Amino acid sequence: MTTDTGEATMRKEIPAAQAGDEPAGPSRAERLSALAQQHGALVTLVIAMLTASLSFDTFLTGDNLENMALSSAFLAVVALGMTFVIVTGGIDLSVGSLFALGGVLAAWGSQYGTAVALLLPLVVCGLVGLVNGLLIARSGLAPFIVTLASMLGARGVLLALTDEGSRTYLVDKSAYFTKLGQSSLLGVGVPVWITLGLFVLGAVVLRRTRFGQYVYAVGGNEDAAALMGAPVARTKVAVYTVSGVCAGLAGALNAAWLLSGVTILGSGMELEAISAVVIGGTLLTGGFGFISGSLVGVALLKVIQNVINQIGSLDSAYQQVVSGAFLAVVVVAQTWLGRRRRVL
Amino acid sequence: MLTVTGLCKTLPGVRALSEVDFTARAGEVHALVGENGAGKSTLIKVLTGVYQPDAGEMTHDGAPVRFATPSQAQQAGISTIYQEVNLVPLMSVARNLFLGREPRGRLGLIDFRRMHREAEETLRGLGIRVDVRRPLRELGVGAQQMIALARAVAVDARVLIMDEPTSSLEPREVRTLFGVIRTLRERGIAVVYVSHRMDELYEICDAVTVLRDGRVVHTGPLAELDRLRLVALMLGREIGEVRREGLTKFTGSRDTTAPPVLVAENLRVRQRLHDVSVSLRPGEVVGLGGLLGSGRSETAKAVAGALPVDGGRIVVAGEPVRGGSTAAAIRAGVSLLPEDRKTEGIVPGLSVRENIALAALPGLSRFGLVDDARVDRIVDTFMKRLRIKAAGPHQKVGELSGGNQQKVLLARWLALHPKVLLLDEPTRGIDVGAKAEVQALVDELADDGLAVLLISSDTEELIEGSDRVVVLKDGAVVRELTGDAVTEEELMRAIAAVPAGGHDD
Repeated sequence: MTTDTGEATMRKEIPAAQAGDEPAGPSRAERLSALAQQHGALVTLVIAMLTASLSFDTFLTGDNLENMALSSAFLAVVALGMTFVIVTGGIDLSVGSLFALGGVLAAWGSQYGTAVALLLPLVVCGLVGLVNGLLIARSGLAPFIVTLASMLGARGVLLALTDEGSRTYLVDKSAYFTKLGQSSLLGVGVPVWITLGLFVLGAVVLRRTRFGQYVYAVGGNEDAAALMGAPVARTKVAVYTVSGVCAGLAGALNAAWLLSGVTILGSGMELEAISAVVIGGTLLTGGFGFISGSLVGVALLKVIQNVINQIGSLDSAYQQVVSGAFLAVVVVAQTWLGRRRRVL
Repeated sequence: MLTVTGLCKTLPGVRALSEVDFTARAGEVHALVGENGAGKSTLIKVLTGVYQPDAGEMTHDGAPVRFATPSQAQQAGISTIYQEVNLVPLMSVARNLFLGREPRGRLGLIDFRRMHREAEETLRGLGIRVDVRRPLRELGVGAQQMIALARAVAVDARVLIMDEPTSSLEPREVRTLFGVIRTLRERGIAVVYVSHRMDELYEICDAVTVLRDGRVVHTGPLAELDRLRLVALMLGREIGEVRREGLTKFTGSRDTTAPPVLVAENLRVRQRLHDVSVSLRPGEVVGLGGLLGSGRSETAKAVAGALPVDGGRIVVAGEPVRGGSTAAAIRAGVSLLPEDRKTEGIVPGLSVRENIALAALPGLSRFGLVDDARVDRIVDTFMKRLRIKAAGPHQKVGELSGGNQQKVLLARWLALHPKVLLLDEPTRGIDVGAKAEVQALVDELADDGLAVLLISSDTEELIEGSDRVVVLKDGAVVRELTGDAVTEEELMRAIAAVPAGGHDD
């Protein structure tokens, strides 16, 4: 509790507000459920990896892990932006389309040099995110509808650019840009390093900056945040812009890795990203969540996918069934934990 | 400190404020009173920048001001504590205190250590002790209110506006709050205090401004105004009238000796109710007294089957009723008018007719088809009998006033022809006129032979409305007031008789 230092001006400690009178500090059950909410995904991930490495010799090999990390990186970057959006209590359905659009723009731009290849998708996708944010924050439209519209819109632009998918944009192989996807550092692909860097940055922004506090406040109680003088609209515009930029960047990195912008990629990715964020412990209702959880969520989805691929006899379509079931379990557990904590 | 003159504001359909003059002085607690619809909320919203005035001047610290947004008003030093705590429940106490002005260290990152230390200092200065790292929602409502207050003070408020801050506080929390308010007054802060509770006004306020129908009808020191005169000013009635009719619309008590229609014995709910027994006779209004959280609502809910009981027996008209099932309770003739009509009762998007018929539908349909003519007949009967003021049976309930919404709910349950009616705070949040009508209705219903259980935080209402009062404390019955003992004083004494939580003034 409080340490007794400082002025003795007001020493009338009125018992009513003492913490001891409250329904007690966090009880053990409460702490456990809080821990489960925060680290449940991590524990599950460790268990899943242990089981997988005991079951398959091929699982815990450098190659397999490297592959998994590399293929997770792009989804992870999308999920990073999504985390900000979901913590404000919103949703961004446009990221899958923006991911594909970002890839195509990067591939097309690579002929003009690395700067264009990288900046074009960031700027375009960021602008789409900005428009999303403005429509949601200033016009008070529902995030679901606005981002659904831009998802369809971006998908349409994509089809127009590629003549309904029949044209493929290849990345100029001589461009320095390809290094972002192709080369590796200390045996680990550059996209993985970039992703990790972004996650550290994202975590610091969300936890340690005033903007991050606003993100939590807007998601926790929007009206209260407004009354407390938080810039609600600006915060919302910012998170959707961040989400758009992240999706564009992920698409660009993906193009650098695949050496082409592939249109069909990214469909359904928004839902995968949302799943990863929720599995990572972020509340879909907003106000509570963390960046690191989303990374764990992505890893968990990929491990499940990998394990099912390793079981050669199982149709890979079942991977989605397992992921779906897992998501359902997590959401049920969250609701249950949330209710429990409220009652206690 | 903060002065407005000639303030006018028209809201859709109403002239909410006309020619209002109001001054909040430094080091003074100024009561702002008036019945619902008198213009209190509108005035507050203008003062805090939520609404823009249509006409009139506003000066703050001698300089003319105009606030376009609440945050502008806040920056000028005008803070508001709202009825419901307006903080972010999932964030920690310290984060709530410092949102938007967190101490920052190098790189512009938040310095949490300093933030926690300063938060503790601020709270201690106000005599509040809590762990500032805990999420706000883990604190009681009272403590949350203190944090809101602390936040207002911490942002260097010069004027503090409190809109019914005690409506969800327990008496001991109210005392803490008053301690804080007195500290603020000593520091020279101007406090505007809105409340319906007379005791509180006379305890803490120095001056008073009475609003009625958007106009100031009185302003001056509170001590010069006696209670009856204040009520008369608020209601716009003559003193003699108030005295003659009493402050509520209840008539005298009834004396019935008929056998009880409802007997609830030894109701037990873990941590909430400990062997509570209540019995109701036909034509009798029994009040449930006690503080917030004493188990009043829980008792009503347990009887109505809305709260599963761990033990006890409920008998209605000689037949035992299975606990924990609202359907069984309704079949037995027990209806509950819940405390929170917004979340637990009214369907605002449906019409008056549909809302009334909702619970009675099973009895009004044949082979799953609803008999429209019968529904119309019943709806018509109740709209007339309860004097529901609506454009017609097809008006949406959400468009009605609080009092009429409450009557629609009452009609819904009466359409089931209950034997026992449980009313949980039937007049909360409705204006004085409608309150009187609801009170008169309760009387009428009891005269018609219904057994009524009345829960009310309004002591006057409870005392004048009830024939007997069962007093609860911490989930157990501590006393039953009957006959001449049904007085406010006895009720207070019964509640205060138990250590801790008594109101000693």
